[in-house]
Amino acid sequence: MKITSKEVEHVARLARLDLAADEVERMTGQLDTILNYVAKLDEVDTTGITETTHTRKPGNAFREDAVRPSLPREKALANAPRQNGEAFVVPKIIS
Amino acid sequence: MDIYSLTLGQAKEKLDRGELSSRELTEAVLARIDAVEDRVRAFLHLDPEGALARADEADRLRKEGRAGELLGIPLSLKDVLCTATMPTTCGSRMLENFVPPYDATVVRRLRDAGAVILGKVAMDEFAMGSTSENCAFQTPVNPWKDGYVAGGSSGGSAAAVAADEGFASLGSDTGGSIRQPASLCGIVGMKPTYGRVSRYGLVAFASSLDQVGPLTKDVRDCALMMNVIAGHDHRDSTSIDREVPDYTAALVDGLRGIRVGIPGEYFGDGLDPEVERTVRRGIDMLRDAGAEIVEVSLPHTEYCVAVYYLIAPAEASSNLARYDGVRYGFRDRDAQSLIDMYRSTRSRGFGDEVKRRILIGTYALSAGYYDAYYKKASRVRTLIQEDFTTAFTDCDLVVSPVCPTPSWKIGEKSDDPLALYLSDILTISANLAGIPAISVPCGFSDDGLPIGMQMQAAHFNEEILLRAAHNLEQRAGMLGRRPPLP
Repeated sequence: MKITSKEVEHVARLARLDLAADEVERMTGQLDTILNYVAKLDEVDTTGITETTHTRKPGNAFREDAVRPSLPREKALANAPRQNGEAFVVPKIIS
Repeated sequence: MDIYSLTLGQAKEKLDRGELSSRELTEAVLARIDAVEDRVRAFLHLDPEGALARADEADRLRKEGRAGELLGIPLSLKDVLCTATMPTTCGSRMLENFVPPYDATVVRRLRDAGAVILGKVAMDEFAMGSTSENCAFQTPVNPWKDGYVAGGSSGGSAAAVAADEGFASLGSDTGGSIRQPASLCGIVGMKPTYGRVSRYGLVAFASSLDQVGPLTKDVRDCALMMNVIAGHDHRDSTSIDREVPDYTAALVDGLRGIRVGIPGEYFGDGLDPEVERTVRRGIDMLRDAGAEIVEVSLPHTEYCVAVYYLIAPAEASSNLARYDGVRYGFRDRDAQSLIDMYRSTRSRGFGDEVKRRILIGTYALSAGYYDAYYKKASRVRTLIQEDFTTAFTDCDLVVSPVCPTPSWKIGEKSDDPLALYLSDILTISANLAGIPAISVPCGFSDDGLPIGMQMQAAHFNEEILLRAAHNLEQRAGMLGRRPPLP
């Protein structure tokens, strides 16, 4: 086994997902199959090979640090499940 | 010939010559959608009033002597592209009622060119899938055969264009999501070079792989769409500032001096014999057009699925962290604490495949596994890129099938995630290497299902793809072939 149901539960917690018991079982089986498959990468010798995280040529995309128009507040809030006209409203964090 | 079955290029000519108005064009397409949509099931959101209003405006502008590359042309958008006037669901319950506050840059470019946006089309949830069955709302059906998949994740785009429900569509391609459905539905689909087309307003799946591109009825239409959508955008820091050519100028007859590379690794086990036969016949057509055919090798091809299904989920797990019920989208309103709200919102808002990929990605990035999985995959990704660099010293384009098989029955592969992942083997490498690739109709299976040919070229060599695709199109006898719809 590459991954146990306990590890799946742990990863789900990290990703803020609740999984029902049957979901944990099913996902564990599927993830195990997938991880067994990707283990074939162990066959490849990658000594001294640098990682590619992006195919764009290295270098940053700089711009002038100047004030420009941005999304008005009411538009930014318009899709919020709860808001008070000024901010996003969420359940109480500290009781 | 019915108005709706014109190509985009033909419709544009008729508009330019005053033989048709945009209203007539748009009404014909809306009537077509009305007639076939029950069977095709491509549209998640249709805006007939908005489309007709835009069409009338286009007609008025044209009378005033104004022009636009797509002035008055009706087309559709994959529901992954933000539209300020329409919902953008990404095929997910999570964004069921989301209307973005702005247009994606590509949408803005289409509107500025005068296009008439018909509506938004179905896709796998957050573009994760190869059949569009992961769409939370409906599964588009292949216009060529009832009950068969249109492919994915841009399945709605491909089905709509193949069924003449609009003259083109924009899709997105992270591992083949434009090319594979184009191939399964018998149309043209291009994934441009990473950085060629702005991704601003494209809902992010895997940011180092995602690219927007056109799905069209023929190669000329693909070039026309590229002329409008390509170019630098200061809102997308990965977009590259580089001159945009007139892509239609690339459509020259003949391929003398062009070297076509055939990678043995792409014609291996698991390739359907009908697909192989059809694509090899297509290669003969390229030779007839004057191309020189050479053998090339892409030795790390067998690892690309493994690399992709670590890197793409890793990036997705990070990108999809934003769906927390706070700023937009679904929220479980019954949750009492903030953490409970995050957890129940995400658990109820996301479908199975999205959860699966978030779990894989989170695992691959988690302490203790990062080196073994994410880092290792990123190193093999370098080797896959180097394979292409080497191959492109011996050839100008690499030719292969797009998908190992023609379309299959809806439901047939939906219980086996890995089997479905493996069907992406021929399209994934282009995303990992950031190179452009196109799918062009090449022939049919004995069952009458379309089979596409994939062409891949070096960075920013879209023109050579279009030229080769145009020459294949002239010989393959697929132009004007339409699916058996009412």
